[in-house]
Amino acid sequence: MKRFVLFLPLIFFIGLGAFLYKGLFLNPKAMPSALEGQPVPAFKLLTVTKGDRVVTNADLVGEYYLLNVWATWCAACKAEHPYLLDIARSGVSIYGVNYKDDMVAANEWLTRYQDPYQFSAFDVDGLFGLNLGVYGAPETFLVDHHGIIRLRYAGVVDTRSWKVRFMPLIEDIKREIAASNM
Amino acid sequence: MIPELGSFALMVGLAFAICLCIIPLVGVQTNNLTLVKYAKPLTLGMFTFTLLSYLLLTASFVTDDFSVLYVAAHSNSHLPIQYKFAAVFGGHEGSLLLWVLMLTSWTGALALSSKNIDDAFVGRVLAILGMIVVGFMLFTILTSNPFERLLPNVPLEGRDLNPLLQDIGLIVHPPMLYLGWSGLSVAFAFANAALLCGRMDAAWARWTRPWTLAAWSFLTIGIALGSWWAYYELGWGGWWFWDPVENASFMPWIVATALIHSLSVTEQRGAFRNWTVLLAISAFSLSLLGTFLVRSGVINSVHSFASDPSRGMFILMLLGTAVIGSLTLFAFKASALKGTSKFEFYSKETFILVGNVALVVATATVLLGTLYPLIMDAFDLGKISVGPPYYNAVFSPIIALMVVVMGAAPIIRWKKNKVGTLRGELGLIALISVAFGVAFPFVYGGEFIGWVSIGMGVAFWLIAATLKNLKNNVTLSEGGYDITRPTQSYWGMVIAHMGIAVAITGATIVSYYETQLDIRMTVNDSVHLSGYEFKFEGVKDVEGPNYSAKQAQFRIFDGDKEISLLQPERRVYRVQTMGMTEAGIDSTLGRDLFVALGDPLGDQAWAVRVYVKPLINLLWIAAGLIAFGGFMCMTDKRYRAKKPSIAQAPVAVDPIVSAV
Repeated sequence: MKRFVLFLPLIFFIGLGAFLYKGLFLNPKAMPSALEGQPVPAFKLLTVTKGDRVVTNADLVGEYYLLNVWATWCAACKAEHPYLLDIARSGVSIYGVNYKDDMVAANEWLTRYQDPYQFSAFDVDGLFGLNLGVYGAPETFLVDHHGIIRLRYAGVVDTRSWKVRFMPLIEDIKREIAASNM
Repeated sequence: MIPELGSFALMVGLAFAICLCIIPLVGVQTNNLTLVKYAKPLTLGMFTFTLLSYLLLTASFVTDDFSVLYVAAHSNSHLPIQYKFAAVFGGHEGSLLLWVLMLTSWTGALALSSKNIDDAFVGRVLAILGMIVVGFMLFTILTSNPFERLLPNVPLEGRDLNPLLQDIGLIVHPPMLYLGWSGLSVAFAFANAALLCGRMDAAWARWTRPWTLAAWSFLTIGIALGSWWAYYELGWGGWWFWDPVENASFMPWIVATALIHSLSVTEQRGAFRNWTVLLAISAFSLSLLGTFLVRSGVINSVHSFASDPSRGMFILMLLGTAVIGSLTLFAFKASALKGTSKFEFYSKETFILVGNVALVVATATVLLGTLYPLIMDAFDLGKISVGPPYYNAVFSPIIALMVVVMGAAPIIRWKKNKVGTLRGELGLIALISVAFGVAFPFVYGGEFIGWVSIGMGVAFWLIAATLKNLKNNVTLSEGGYDITRPTQSYWGMVIAHMGIAVAITGATIVSYYETQLDIRMTVNDSVHLSGYEFKFEGVKDVEGPNYSAKQAQFRIFDGDKEISLLQPERRVYRVQTMGMTEAGIDSTLGRDLFVALGDPLGDQAWAVRVYVKPLINLLWIAAGLIAFGGFMCMTDKRYRAKKPSIAQAPVAVDPIVSAV
């Protein structure tokens, strides 16, 4: 009995080790958004490319579209950018939210790397980002035909995440639209 | 050429370390003293080449060699020179090399100053330390080599050091912390060597204790510097956030605190042997766990290094090998080391044990809070985060209980104490402490706050009981006082315990009585907070060596008298284009006035955050007292005295224990 007690620390640690091992394959940054299933928060902002154009929720149109939060200070956004161009070329509407950024720098960026966005709302004080629950850039939201956020994705969108996270939901939305038209 | 030499030096160090963990053990097995004596030169060789490797990495930073990937990622030719030295450990790879350097420094120091310990034992201890060094060096070389080149496209400029780290705090905080963390490996190695050869006597505890005290004191300074840095550099106004990474440094500290007390019981009474060994293993295991949490990316934290699963796997293997190995050894060998001394309920042993258990339970609550999100996630029960409310609710009561015991423990006698004498010594002090605690929040703040009463009550109790005990000890039987009568280590204990009381006072007051204001201010606006007037006189542009800043001017008045000009800044570092706040702080012993500049709100208006923090500086003073007390105990002459009769005995029996 006494001997068994001495094994307890070892058993405890092995149990703990199993969790730590499991933890290596989890992503602590994958945060479900409270906004999933909610409409896009109201906004009224200037756009980056046309300084005097004001956009609101009414300007977000499409059967489904992406809302992509980006900034020129964000290195990961640069990595993501070519893939966004690919997505845009495939016919998906992407609306940008230029988050806490500088308008001149943002325009330069869009000229240099090409512009995948229908427009980029200029969220200079980050208030719209705050309402979206953004805690960094890049983040991408998938919005359906009712203006409801279906997915919030934090991090760089790439081939894999597009296939695994976005495509199934887009198929769902297409099915729902087809069903409602019948 | 320099980076290749650095890489090569590290590999030579690794070769020394591999020899170190084999040759002395073979010597011990075959009774070949010559082989055992190789341990010291091998240790010094290992240390020398690790140091060389570190210096060569530093040279790459100083000469702006951006062909080295790590230098290019963490430095810049415009970085001020002192930060170039600090940038060496500003990222994952270099900080790991610093870890290894610290570890080999401890090993080297042990090799040089272990003349009073018998050779076979030292051989074992150094071999075990060698194994830990091998693990960390392999980790560095295989997954995180700081000398990796960026060829052939050598960048002209580096990406610069993270602006958060460009601060005096970075220069001193990580080395202290790593000294503490890696220093706990010495106690770990001593414990394992004791288990291996079945001798866990008083002599063993006497050898271990000064090393543990040293590591613990450095860890104290490291944690306090981290807290201080977060306080004035992050601009959030807080000094402790229960962030997973802070917890990672705090947990080994609490267990090491338990360990130094348990060691003193083992040293002086021969009791608690298994418990002491288990604490020694736990303390270092927790510092390895901390390394795992910080560097593997399993937990979200403001401090985390860039995560990489292959690194996480490697540290987990390192952690697993060290902990499973030593706990298995413990499970099979520990029972042979049964203590012989007996003690009754009213005795110093019991009180230290209760304090020890409280510390371990406190550690367990912090560990649970730190790992809870991970465990929930592993069971797919959702994402949650555990915040300060949890820690404050569970940690404070346990520590309050511990402090009550802590006040009485030095006074009560070893083995057996009459209940009546304890009541006579401390009864009055206990009553006054309760009265003081209850009255304090009324007098200071005008209303009753339960936790303030408890905090101030236990702090008063601890100070009064410690002073009473000190008076008993310096009083001569023929009357009069002699401060040299108690030992140096007794004085160290008194100072460190006072430090704890000072820390509790500071933490209690600043937590409950700080005042804060988040406000929009335009030029020439004034706000009043806790009797001080803060007048905003506008913002001017300032150019630093590698940043541009908006610097606000605040004149602070106490009544009509101007007391200070505070200049909080918002900096933009040119290379990383990252914004940083630099708070303006006016500090006196009684309070800090803290102003942080927020975002511009247009029309020359700014968001401004103002704090008045009473007695916050007690926290830093307390850390100094605690660490100083630790160093005093460590350098007590009883740890320097040669004990040849004990050291050479095959199974040493401490004279005090054998007399029991």
